[in-house]
Amino acid sequence: MLDAAESYVTADGRTIGGVVMEMKNITLRFGGVVAIKDISFDIREGEIRAIIGPNGAGKSSMLNVISGFYVPQEGEVWFRGEKRPPMRPYEVARHGIARTFQNIALFDGMSVLDNVMTGRLNYMKSNMFQQAFWKGRAEKEEVENREVVERIIDFLEIQAIRKTPVARLPYGLKKRVELARALAAEPKLLLLDEPMAGMNVEEKEDMSRFILDVNDEFGTTIALIEHDMGVVMDLSDRVVVMDYGKKIGDGTPDEVRNNQDVIDAYLGVAHD
Amino acid sequence: MPDQLIFAMEVTLNGLMAGVLYALVALGFVLIYKASGIFNYAQGVMALFAAMTLVGIMQGQVPFSHLINAVFGGHVTHFGWTVPSVLAILLTVGVMVVLAWLVQVLVMKHLVGQEPIILFMATIGLAYFLEGVADLMWGSEIKTLDVGLPQGINLWIDESTFNLFGYGFFIDNLDIVATGIAALLVTGLVLFSQYTKQGRAMRAVADDHQAALSVGISLNFIWVLVWSVAGFVALVAGIMWGTKSGVQFSLSLIALKALPVLMLGGFTSIPGAIVGGLIIGVGEKLFEFLVGPMVGGATENWFAYVLALLFLVFRPQGLFGEKIIERV
Ligand SMILES: Nc1ncnc2c1ncn2[C@@H]1O[C@H](COP(=O)(O)OP(=O)(O)O)[C@@H](O)[C@H]1O
Ligand SMILES: [Mg+2]
Repeated sequence: MLDAAESYVTADGRTIGGVVMEMKNITLRFGGVVAIKDISFDIREGEIRAIIGPNGAGKSSMLNVISGFYVPQEGEVWFRGEKRPPMRPYEVARHGIARTFQNIALFDGMSVLDNVMTGRLNYMKSNMFQQAFWKGRAEKEEVENREVVERIIDFLEIQAIRKTPVARLPYGLKKRVELARALAAEPKLLLLDEPMAGMNVEEKEDMSRFILDVNDEFGTTIALIEHDMGVVMDLSDRVVVMDYGKKIGDGTPDEVRNNQDVIDAYLGVAHD
Repeated sequence: MPDQLIFAMEVTLNGLMAGVLYALVALGFVLIYKASGIFNYAQGVMALFAAMTLVGIMQGQVPFSHLINAVFGGHVTHFGWTVPSVLAILLTVGVMVVLAWLVQVLVMKHLVGQEPIILFMATIGLAYFLEGVADLMWGSEIKTLDVGLPQGINLWIDESTFNLFGYGFFIDNLDIVATGIAALLVTGLVLFSQYTKQGRAMRAVADDHQAALSVGISLNFIWVLVWSVAGFVALVAGIMWGTKSGVQFSLSLIALKALPVLMLGGFTSIPGAIVGGLIIGVGEKLFEFLVGPMVGGATENWFAYVLALLFLVFRPQGLFGEKIIERV
């Protein structure tokens, strides 16, 4: 076992650092439904960590706990070596955790560019009076933020639709814009809830490539949920497997693939 | 030019000016509705409350003086000073911001995620509560409001139209100023929402709460901001209306005129509120001028509502709203 602070180098030459996020004994209930049962796992700096499992396993709930949308009844969240006090979702976002949603949540009334710009809101320091009366500083800030945003737009190859209202985009591109908005915040941890759900094979390949590139070029730590085992095995460094709110596997893709509980869950054996 | 046409032009101009006021009130509704999905029944009362507060501050009235005198047996009603209008307006803006904060913290915060009808009921409660507070704070007598806006017939228009048509138009200076101020206000709002951090956050919240949270926007803060802006718009409307017809409780009824405006313009469109207000303003004046005499007059009482009804039947999404397509 690797120590929490130790780092290692992957087969493809990326450096994975120490633990940045640790979930300790998380339990989350909705009335009688136990969505998460006493789950612990960690996420290391620079890694791509997948959460997989059948529908209703509690994957989205786990992401929602990390991003502050759900408050667990039990357990602790440790981020960058500190126990996190209860936080509202917007506070979590301000602490460098960005996310996308399983059912795309974009600002439909805005263009692609404006959507991605909202990812920069927390970097805008000048207040409305400075913006009204002290042009210099506000303009400099605007230019800097625009540069970051344009770089991300180039990176995700959505230059052609910069000015398009997002409501008009096809599903696959909406997912990409959502990713762009999350990236614009330059997050320390990026949470992706089924980034490839509902896409065709080609779109899935594109999205996989973007996720790998983001991780590689920006060194962004990524936790992602995916339904499809195959995709996950290609993308991730380590995998948490959930089923009926419980953790039934945790390890490298190879370890998980050969885990009997996981195989049963995916074949439906355990529940028959 | 035939006389009828010349009169009709004058009526149209006057209608446009009246429409500006309707548009201002409707604008307050749209702002809150867009950002929080709340139909704020109290918008009209907010205009009343703002106007009464402004008059009270200007005249150096002691707030809650009836209450204070009843409890402590004194006879204080005024501090004995008057406050210049600019300062009084600034203070009133402050009061409206505090009101916005109280509404959010004491009421709306606890109703997040409730059905729209429940939020609507809450604002009805708020309207009556605020009306009571206004009464208790400043008294119920009719007051005149004079913040120094010019009033009376505009002589230049009177003269130039007389030279042109041989008939001088009667356009009130106050209406011209009101139009200018409304235009400034709308321009300011548009610049604010397009170019400032808070304005962008406001648009984001109006669009999608979850997504807004995920980029680090505090919904509570934005809602206080939106109620403050709506309070400011209410103050502007209150000043215009109060200057024109005195500050009295019937002022809160202008909210009723805003309803047909909203049905025309759509509940979520700022340009819709403006154009809707102008159409209703011009429409009811022209209709009264052309059809009024045939049906015994007083058409202004119902014209707007009938027009709104027609819109509800034939174009329920309003002038600028997206077409509503029922998902099956
Ligand atoms: N907001 C909620 N209210 C009530 N039940 C919920 C809520 N969110 C999730 N659940 C329940 O928690 C369980 C796990 O759901 P979810 O986390 O969405 O699963 P997954 O993302 O793995 O498909 C399900 O039984 C679901 O119905
Ligand atoms: Mg899910």
